[in-house]
Amino acid sequence: MTEVLPADGVFGLSWLLVAVPAISAVVLLVGGRRTDRWGHLLGTAAPAFAFVLGVVLFVALLGRGEQERRVGQQLWTWFEVGGLRADFGLLLDPLSALFVLLITGVGSLIHVYSIGYMAHDARRRRFFGYLNLFIAAMLMLVLADNYLALFLGWEGVGLASYLLIGFWQHKNSAAVAAKKAFVVNRVGDMGMVLAIMLMFATFGSVTFEGVAAGIEDASGATQTALGLLLLLGACGKSAQVPLQSWLLDAMEGPTPVSALIHAATMVTAGVYLVVRSGFVYETTEVASTAVVLVGLVTLVVGAIIGCAKDDIKKVLAGSTMSQIGYMMLAAGLGPAGYAFAIFHLITHGFFKANLFLGAGSVMHSMHDDVDMRVYGGLSRLMPVTFVTFAMGYLAIIGFPGFAGFWSKDKVIEAAFADNIWIGIATILAAGVTAFYMTRLMLMTFLGDKRWKSDVHPHESPATMTIPLVVLAVASVLGGVLILGGWIGHFLEPSVGPEEHHDLPIPVLALTAIVTLTVAVGVFIAWRTYGTKEVPVTAPRGSVLTRAARADLYGDALNEAVLMRPGQWTTRWLVWFDNRGLDGGVNGLAALIGGTSGQVRRAQTGYVRSYALAMLGGALLVVVSLLAVTLA
Amino acid sequence: MIVFWVLAPIMVVAALGMVMVRKAVHSALLLAVVMICLAVLYAVQNAPFLFAVQIIVYTGAILMLFLFVLMLVGVDSSDSLVETIKGQRLAASVVAVLFGVMIAIFVAQTSVGVIVGLQGANEQGNVTGIAYLLFGRYVFAFEVSAALLITAALGAMVLAHQERLTPRVSQRQLAEQRMRDYSDSGKHLGPLPTPGVYARHNAVDTPALLPDGTPSTLSLSRSLQARGNVRAARVGDVESTVEQMKGVDD
Amino acid sequence: MDATPFLTLSALLFTIGAVGVLVRRNAIVVFMCVELMLNATNLALVTFARVHGQLDGQVAAFFVMVVAAAEVVVGLAIIVSIFRARRSISVDDASLLKY
Repeated sequence: MTEVLPADGVFGLSWLLVAVPAISAVVLLVGGRRTDRWGHLLGTAAPAFAFVLGVVLFVALLGRGEQERRVGQQLWTWFEVGGLRADFGLLLDPLSALFVLLITGVGSLIHVYSIGYMAHDARRRRFFGYLNLFIAAMLMLVLADNYLALFLGWEGVGLASYLLIGFWQHKNSAAVAAKKAFVVNRVGDMGMVLAIMLMFATFGSVTFEGVAAGIEDASGATQTALGLLLLLGACGKSAQVPLQSWLLDAMEGPTPVSALIHAATMVTAGVYLVVRSGFVYETTEVASTAVVLVGLVTLVVGAIIGCAKDDIKKVLAGSTMSQIGYMMLAAGLGPAGYAFAIFHLITHGFFKANLFLGAGSVMHSMHDDVDMRVYGGLSRLMPVTFVTFAMGYLAIIGFPGFAGFWSKDKVIEAAFADNIWIGIATILAAGVTAFYMTRLMLMTFLGDKRWKSDVHPHESPATMTIPLVVLAVASVLGGVLILGGWIGHFLEPSVGPEEHHDLPIPVLALTAIVTLTVAVGVFIAWRTYGTKEVPVTAPRGSVLTRAARADLYGDALNEAVLMRPGQWTTRWLVWFDNRGLDGGVNGLAALIGGTSGQVRRAQTGYVRSYALAMLGGALLVVVSLLAVTLA
Repeated sequence: MIVFWVLAPIMVVAALGMVMVRKAVHSALLLAVVMICLAVLYAVQNAPFLFAVQIIVYTGAILMLFLFVLMLVGVDSSDSLVETIKGQRLAASVVAVLFGVMIAIFVAQTSVGVIVGLQGANEQGNVTGIAYLLFGRYVFAFEVSAALLITAALGAMVLAHQERLTPRVSQRQLAEQRMRDYSDSGKHLGPLPTPGVYARHNAVDTPALLPDGTPSTLSLSRSLQARGNVRAARVGDVESTVEQMKGVDD
Repeated sequence: MDATPFLTLSALLFTIGAVGVLVRRNAIVVFMCVELMLNATNLALVTFARVHGQLDGQVAAFFVMVVAAAEVVVGLAIIVSIFRARRSISVDDASLLKY
C-alpha cells in the first residue's frame, strides 16, 4: 500500500460526496409535504451531482502518479476521550473511487427509474428521502478512512435498508421482513463493534493506516479474532451463510430498493470490508480460509435456492447471494483475488441492477404480480425490457464477451489456482446459475401467455426504460475494465500488487470448460422449461426442490436453534420473575400485611389498654434498672 | 415516726377505698383524706411551705374543682363495676402488683445513705429557702410554668366554651311565641302552677291542687316524677280545712 | 427518722393510683387516680429532699403541683366538653380511634 497524501485541489471537495445526498435527505424528510411536488427531482439531482463529482475526482485521480493515488482528508476530530481518539476523515483511493462511481452511477439511474416506478405512490417524496439517506450512508461507508466512520455508514445503510424494505409497511410481510433484516444485521454488527473495540484495545487506533501498521506485530489470536469478527460483520451485511436469511425476505421492498440496495451496492459492503481489511486477512490463515468457505457455501446455497423459486425477485435475490459468494470467495483468496472480487462486484452491480430493474418493469406491467408461473410470452409486448433484460441475462450467465464472462472467469481462475476442488465447485455453480437464469428468461418472456384475466402487459415509461438501456450497455461493456489487466493495476495502491498463480491447465482450456458448463446449464433449462408447457401451479417437486423453496431451511434452522431456545429462556425467565422474584417480594408483603392485620387488633381504642401497656413498659424499665443495680 | 405509722395505714386504706368505691363523690372525699394526710407528712418532713400549698392548692382548689365538675355532670353518675375489656382487670392487677413489688424491692435493696436532714437548708426558714431556689436557680422553669398556667386557663376556656348557634331570643319574641302556641294548640298562657298550692305541705314534691281539688302534674319537676318522689296531696285535708274555716266564720 | 418507709408508702400509693387508672371507667375518678400518683411522687421528692438536705426536691414537688393544677384544669374542661357531646364520662365510650 502506498502512503496517504493530504487532500488538495479538487480533492478538497470530496466531503461534498457525502454531504449533498445527506442534506437532500434531510430536506426531503424534514420538509414534509411542502416538498412533495419537487422532492423526487431534488432526490434525483443529489446523487447525480455526486456522480458528476465522483467522475471529476476519478479523472483527477487518474491524472496523478501511481504513487499519489491515495488522498486523505481530515475533517475534524470526532471525539477524544483519554487515550481514545477518533478523527473524522475521508480516504479517496482507487478502491473507494470505483465504489463511488458504482454507487452514484447506478444509484442515479435507479433514482431516475424510481421517478416512473413510484409515480403512483403517495409517499414518493419520502421514498426519495430514504434513498438519498442510503446514498449518503453508503458513500460514508466507502469513503471513511477508519473503521469507526465506516461503521457510521455501515449503520446508516442498515437503517436505510430497514426503512426501505418496510416502505410499504401496511403490508404485514414487509414490516416483518424489515424487522428481520434489521435484527439479522444487528448480529453481524456485533462482530463489527467487537472488532472495533479490539482494534482500540490492541492498536489504540481505528484508522486503516493505524491497524495496518500494527497488525503484523499483534498476536496470532488477535489477528484471527479480528479477521473472524470482521467476517461476521461482512456476513450480516452481505447476506452470507449463516446470516443469509434476511435477503430473500428483503424483496418485500419496492423493486428499485431491491436493485440498488439488495443487489448492486449495500450487500457488497461486506466484500468491500474484507478487501479493505486485506491486511488483516493476509496475516491469518484461519480467517481467510473462513472467508473462502463462507463464500463457497453461500454461492452454492444461493444458486440452489435460485433454481426453485417462482417469485422473480426471489430468484434474483438467490442469484445475488450466489454472486456475492463468488466475490467473497475471491476476496478470501488474498491478493490473488482482491481485484477480481472488486471487478466482479462492479460488473455484478451493473447487470444485477439491470436485471432487478427489468424485473421491476415486468412487475409494473403485471400489476405487481411476482409469480413467474403467470408470466410468459412478454417479449413482444415489452421489447425494451426484454432486450435489456436479455443483456443482463447474458452477462450473468457469463456469455462470452459480456461483462459477467470476464469477471466470473477471473474469479474461477483464481479459485482454481488456489484449490482445484473449490475451482470445480465454482464451475458447477456457474452451470447452475445458467440453469436458473435461463429458466427465469423462459418463464417470463418466452413460451405461452399464462396471464391472469385482468392483466394487460405494456411497456414501461421512458424514465424506467432509459436506465434499463444504460445499465444494459454497461452489462455488455463492463468487461472492458479488465482489458490489459487495467483494474488490477489501478487497484494496486489500495490492495497491493496482484499475485499470479500458475493454473494446472491452460487458461483457454479453463474458459472453454466454464463456457461448456454454462451451455449445459442453459440446455437443461431449455429442455425442462422451453419445450414443455409450464404449469401454472407449481408441481410438488423433488426433495431438493422443496428444500430450496424453503430457503434450504435457513429460517427453520434459525427458529430451531435460536428462536425457540430464546423463547423458552424468556418464558422461563418470565415465570421465574413472576413466581420466584415477585412471589418472594409479594410473599414478604403478604406476610407483613397479614402480621400487621393481626397486630393491629392490639389497637383497641380503649385508653385503659394503652395505659396498661404503658405500665407494662414502666415495669420492664424498673425490672431492667433493678437487674442492673443488683447485678 | 409515730405520725407516719398512724397516718400511713389511713392513707393506704383511703387510697384503696378511693379506687374501689362506686360513687365518684366518695372517691373524691377519700382522695381528700389522702391529700390531707400527705400534707401532714410534708410538715413532718420539714416542708411547711409544701404543707400549706398541698392544703390550699390540692385539697382546697383542685379537689373542689373535681367536686364541682362532678356536680356539673351529675353526682350520681356512678360506674357499673362490671369490666368491659376482657382480661383488663386481671392483667392490670398482675402488672400493678409486679410493679409495686419491684419498686418495693428496689427501695428495700437500695440504701439511701446518711440522712442529712433539712435543718441546714431551712436555717433562714423553709419559705425563704424555697424562694431563693425558685427565683434563683429555677427562675426560668418558674416563668415557663407561668406560661403553662396561662395556656391551661385559655385552653379550659376554649374547651368549655359553648358556641351560640342561633340568635338570642328576645322577650318580645318569647311572648309572641306563647300567644301563637295558645292560638294553635290552646296551651295555657300564664305561668305553670306552683307546687304545694292548697296542699298540706308547701314542698316541691307535692303537686298543686286545681280549683276542683284534683292535683296538677304540671306543677311538679319532671325528674321528681320520673323518680317517683312525689307526695300525695290529700284532697280530704283541703275539704276539712274549708269546713273548719266555715265554722269560724259562722 | 428513716426514709425507707416514706419511699415504700410512696410506691404503694403510686401503684394503687395506677391500678385505679387501669380499672376505673369514670373519667373523673381516673383523673383522681392520676392525681394520687402525682402526690405519691411528691412524697418521694420531699423525702429525698430531706435525705439530701437540699430544698431542690421540694421545689420539684412544687412544680409538680403547678403542672398538676394546669393539667386538671384542661383535663376537666375536656371531660366537660366530652360530656356535653356524648352525655357520658366513661373513658371506654371514647374508643373510636382504633383499627
